[in-house]
Amino acid sequence: MRSLLLLLALAWPAAAEVAPDRAAELEHMVTQDCGSCHGLTRKGGLGSPLTPEALAGAEAEGLATIILDGIPETAMPPWRPLLTEEEATWIARYLKQD
Amino acid sequence: MKRAFVMLALCASPLFTSPALADATGDLGLVIERATGSLLVIDRSDHAAVGRVEGLGDLSHASLTYSPDERFAYVFGRDGGLSKVDMLERTVVARTVQAGNSIGGAISDDGSLVAVSNYEPGGVKVFDAGTLGLVADIPAEGKTIGLVDVPGRRFAWTVWDTGEVFLGDFAGAEPQITALGNAGKNPFDAVITDDAHTYLVGLFGEKGVTAYDLWSDQPEPRKFLTDYGKTEEDMPVYKMPHLQGWAFTEGQYALPAVGHHELLWVDRASLEEVATTPVHGQPVFVIAQPASPYVWVNFATPLNDTVQVVDSRTHTVVATLNPGKAVLHMEFAPRGAEVWISSRDDNKVLIYDTRTREKVAEIAADAPSGIFFTARAHQPGL
Ligand code: HEC
Repeated sequence: MRSLLLLLALAWPAAAEVAPDRAAELEHMVTQDCGSCHGLTRKGGLGSPLTPEALAGAEAEGLATIILDGIPETAMPPWRPLLTEEEATWIARYLKQD
Repeated sequence: MKRAFVMLALCASPLFTSPALADATGDLGLVIERATGSLLVIDRSDHAAVGRVEGLGDLSHASLTYSPDERFAYVFGRDGGLSKVDMLERTVVARTVQAGNSIGGAISDDGSLVAVSNYEPGGVKVFDAGTLGLVADIPAEGKTIGLVDVPGRRFAWTVWDTGEVFLGDFAGAEPQITALGNAGKNPFDAVITDDAHTYLVGLFGEKGVTAYDLWSDQPEPRKFLTDYGKTEEDMPVYKMPHLQGWAFTEGQYALPAVGHHELLWVDRASLEEVATTPVHGQPVFVIAQPASPYVWVNFATPLNDTVQVVDSRTHTVVATLNPGKAVLHMEFAPRGAEVWISSRDDNKVLIYDTRTREKVAEIAADAPSGIFFTARAHQPGL
């Protein structure tokens, strides 16, 4: 159990540290690039709404996995080529605003 | 005190002088400023911004179309807002928030009706172009895309979720809606050729494009390009290609491959693939330079600082330009002499001479996306 927790902790750094400059870039990316499918205000478009209310029931870790790997058979693309796991986790928290 | 007052007055004076009513609109255009929900009014010959219209709501993924006299623009906002803008007064003269989430629109051939395609709730709404009063409401089983005008006060559209295609005839007292069968899985956009002959529907959920012959009394789906790029893995698509402005040139269609960094060339008559051109990234817009053999291509993020020019005779890239960060759209002068290119992250519109392919001017704009010259008023499908 302990090692499982440790593994999880390793896979999902709790703090999701990103440098301030990079954070500003990620914020821009969420608005503009995610926004082209999810809307500038994240209220939805071709992609589902990504407002804190819409994501209230989801864990940040699960969302980060979706961001990295996409959702097969849908238009949600995998962002792993462009984002690290820390960055995806940062975006997931940013979306949930927690 | 007096001086301070004068200074204040100077500061407060509008940036742009108000136009005389005798101004012509044939040289004007609008640039969508997506972050601020405003439109920049541009003058093509002067290479200048001449005004700004504000208060248009969420303009991400916005588009617009013009009235036949080029006096008014109908602006379709992401937030479901439909606004009618006066190009001379530079004001919003009518506005209605007609749905929760919308994607685009079209004007009928006679200029009397404006139609909007909606995501949420899905369907098409048709408005009186004069008053923006609702004329017809046609719900759909999902998000509607690819709305185009068809001659005879008709519109065609497609449903992303179900693949269904519809033709609506609004010439009579009651709308006549005809189902045209199924285009395929998850159509992402559709376009009508400049001769209003063929409605082309691009598919995302499966390989291929579906063509409808709209000159036929009973248009039927005809699928082609069903196996492009089959030898390689598909790459992630970070932005859906747009088909409006799809290039029709040299007897061919130049189409964006979905999930491949390629242009696909298809013979217009046989619908056979004739060539592919490897390009810089996932193509977004593929637009023909008027009166020339060239098409210009921009690309999806993160490769979106580049524009390429491809020769439709040889299918080779003849120029690669780096206009700026996040190039979102290109609009040609009607006779092709110049192309105006929006660079969202550089907050600029760049003007290139198409003959020298050199930059001749630039205009400051706030996160610009779509650029629309009033000459669109006279082109079917725009
Ligand atoms: C090309 C279009 C497109 C882009 C760009 C896009 N998405 Fe998506 N996304 C979708 C679609 C479509 C879905 C819904 C898939 C489904 O049907 O379940 C989705 C779903 C999601 C979900 C799951 C939501 C939920 O309620 O479970 C998350 C989280 C998400 N996207 C985040 C992002 C982020 C973050 C970005 C930018 C880095 C992004 N998306 C960019 C199309 C897109």
